[in-house]
Amino acid sequence: MAIKKFMYVNRKAPYGTVYALESLEVVLIAAAFDQDVSLAFLDDGVYQIAKGQDTTGIGQKNFSATYRALGDYDINKIFVEQESLDARGMTADDLMPLVYEDEDDDWAEKPSISIVSRTEMAAIMAKQDVTFSF
Amino acid sequence: MANLLIDGNDSGIELDEEGYLVDLSSWTPEIANALAETDEPPVDLSEQHWAIITFLREYYEEYQIAPAVRVLTKAVGKKMGRKYGNSKYLYSLFPYGPGKQACKYAGLPKPTGCV
Repeated sequence: MAIKKFMYVNRKAPYGTVYALESLEVVLIAAAFDQDVSLAFLDDGVYQIAKGQDTTGIGQKNFSATYRALGDYDINKIFVEQESLDARGMTADDLMPLVYEDEDDDWAEKPSISIVSRTEMAAIMAKQDVTFSF
Repeated sequence: MANLLIDGNDSGIELDEEGYLVDLSSWTPEIANALAETDEPPVDLSEQHWAIITFLREYYEEYQIAPAVRVLTKAVGKKMGRKYGNSKYLYSLFPYGPGKQACKYAGLPKPTGCV
């Protein structure tokens, strides 16, 4: 089977709708199929990977810890749109430090997140074979 | 849906139709033993089984998911040594699939991506 480029685009806040959790589950399942997977976070989607999430007040499971497992699933291309962060008064420091271990570099821990401009994001999206929008 | 039997007695602990714990927070090591003993065929949990079960519980605690077998294999190899980080070793302990069977005893949901 030829390897295709799959991108999962996340645009919604983590709680309140089921999109974020569903996207994450699809990503983890799809990771088993050895495809070229990347994730994009834009608009309110940037809140999905924000630090310090606490769901005790809304009685829902806090699944933010699961994003930190993405590196174990060889998902290490995570693009976050700069303009979406700016619009919410956020910087890269407000995001969870998502990392992966580089097998080809003695398992050195490397960051998975790249902050890109809207123009760069559009160029990355244009290169995908398949785009899923959540 | 049935309750788990411990030493032949109804423990009041609910299992789903596939034998997984309904309430993950009710897990105890005794429950793991009882789940293994009442499995078909019954399993007597060894130190090696416990190493994997403990690993799975720690992984779930940290990441809130049961890892896929591929992820489990890699992580076990890294933590316990290369000779343990392969599916042959894990299947020798858990012949019905390290994901499904070990997660069941560990009181975790069936792994995400487990088909």
